[in-house]
Amino acid sequence: MSVIFYGGTMRFSVMLQQLGGGMLKSMSIFALTLLFALPLGLFVSFGRMSKNKILQGAMKVYISIMRGTPLMLQLLAVYFGPYYLFGANIGGGYRFTAIIIAFSINYAAYFAEIYRSGIESMSPGQYEAARLLGYSKSSTFLKIIFPQVIKRILPSMTNEVITLIKDTSLAFSLAYAEMFTIAKQIAAKETNFMPFLVAALFYYVFNALVAFLMERLEKSMSYYT
Amino acid sequence: MALLEMNHIRKHFGGLEVIKDISLKVNEGEILSIIGPSGSGKSTMLRCATMLETIDSGEIIYNGERVAWVEPDGKKVYPKGAKMKEVGSLFGLVFQNFNLFPHYSVMKNITDPPIHNQKRGRDEVFAEARQLLKKMGLEDKENAYPCQLSGGQCQRVAIARALALNPKILFFDEPTSALDPELTGEVLKVIKSLADLHIAMVIVTHEMNFAREISDHIIFMDQGVVAVEGSAHDVFNADHARMQAFLGKLQH
Ligand SMILES: Nc1ncnc2c1ncn2[C@@H]1O[C@H](COP(=O)(O)OP(=O)(O)O)[C@@H](O)[C@H]1O
Ligand SMILES: [Mg+2]
Repeated sequence: MSVIFYGGTMRFSVMLQQLGGGMLKSMSIFALTLLFALPLGLFVSFGRMSKNKILQGAMKVYISIMRGTPLMLQLLAVYFGPYYLFGANIGGGYRFTAIIIAFSINYAAYFAEIYRSGIESMSPGQYEAARLLGYSKSSTFLKIIFPQVIKRILPSMTNEVITLIKDTSLAFSLAYAEMFTIAKQIAAKETNFMPFLVAALFYYVFNALVAFLMERLEKSMSYYT
Repeated sequence: MALLEMNHIRKHFGGLEVIKDISLKVNEGEILSIIGPSGSGKSTMLRCATMLETIDSGEIIYNGERVAWVEPDGKKVYPKGAKMKEVGSLFGLVFQNFNLFPHYSVMKNITDPPIHNQKRGRDEVFAEARQLLKKMGLEDKENAYPCQLSGGQCQRVAIARALALNPKILFFDEPTSALDPELTGEVLKVIKSLADLHIAMVIVTHEMNFAREISDHIIFMDQGVVAVEGSAHDVFNADHARMQAFLGKLQH
């Protein structure tokens, strides 16, 4: 059946296999970016809200650069920067690292602003009550403030996370063999549009899965308002 | 010996002097009510006593020990670390808008602070919390979340939460002002019932009948000073124009 619709010379199963391999790579960009950017963003938001004017200013500039320039450019800068700046030898091994660094520092900036909006929306009364009840500063944040912040920011986080899935395709600009790069290669070789459709379906299913999980997470916190 | 003494307290916000040389004293088990028009500095006074705000001059003495003061050169001295913990365990504060932790159940709101911050035994704390909830008339609400409760019930949980830390003195900042009129009664009744626990209370309130019944001592604050003070009888019958105007306004 599929062979009829897919007129290329490459067998459909081989194409799926190659795209599947690319999918795994896209997913690892996605997972590693979240792993690094979620905590990093929290620290950036602390810096952004710090009383120290220098730190606060530095974070403001960092966030505005990350949000104000294309991620694709940032990928190129992180990958080629070491070579142009220090003449460092950038081997193929650095490619994946560069991608994870660029994605992480970019997404950390977006996450930082989301954390900040959540933290600043908390009423001072929660801090004051916690203080009167003997909570230390750190346990006030970890036990009282942060769980409520997570609940409040979850919808905006879901948006960013879904954008990240689609953004992983930007790694093609460093010729990294994630799913989109592979789809493009096969499509060019076979002069056929089918790989793009399959790739779109992969992205779509991945998105649906993530959206479903985020919704579950939101539901699990809906026991209070 | 006085449990709390605040001497010559001053506090300003920017150019606005909110507390102008106020002194007060609360003995063990004594009930002091603070009344007065809005903006007269009542909340600020409680916030200074509970160290949510720092004083600009004067001294705060708990249990005979001076714990916070301002040096002649203007340097503010406040307890830190373990000392602050020790001082902080003497007092509790009940807020106008409760400030319960919405993500914690009623039981966890009450038991988490004694268990984690006072390192007391779980079983003992839970048993005591159940007794407190019973006293508050909320024995069936231990697994509820604050959003499932009425304002009056929330305030009673907040009172139980403060009591669970066994303070020697409890401050109330307009505990019924955020409540619908039909719910104020239940909260006032609970506060009255605390008198036999023999903890001292400082209550900022607009409920004059309540203040009259419960107070050992009443302070009428106006524009940052103590304008009238004394027993309920003395204060309510004092010949003080601004206070009589204030009382008159409340009745209408
Ligand atoms: N954090 C603050 N910053 C600036 N002004 C304040 C602050 N807190 C209170 N004030 C001002 O101090 C005055 C006394 O306030 P408050 O103690 O809340 O009065 P009350 O509780 O008697 O109504 C008011 O004029 C109020 O606007
Ligand atoms: Mg007030």
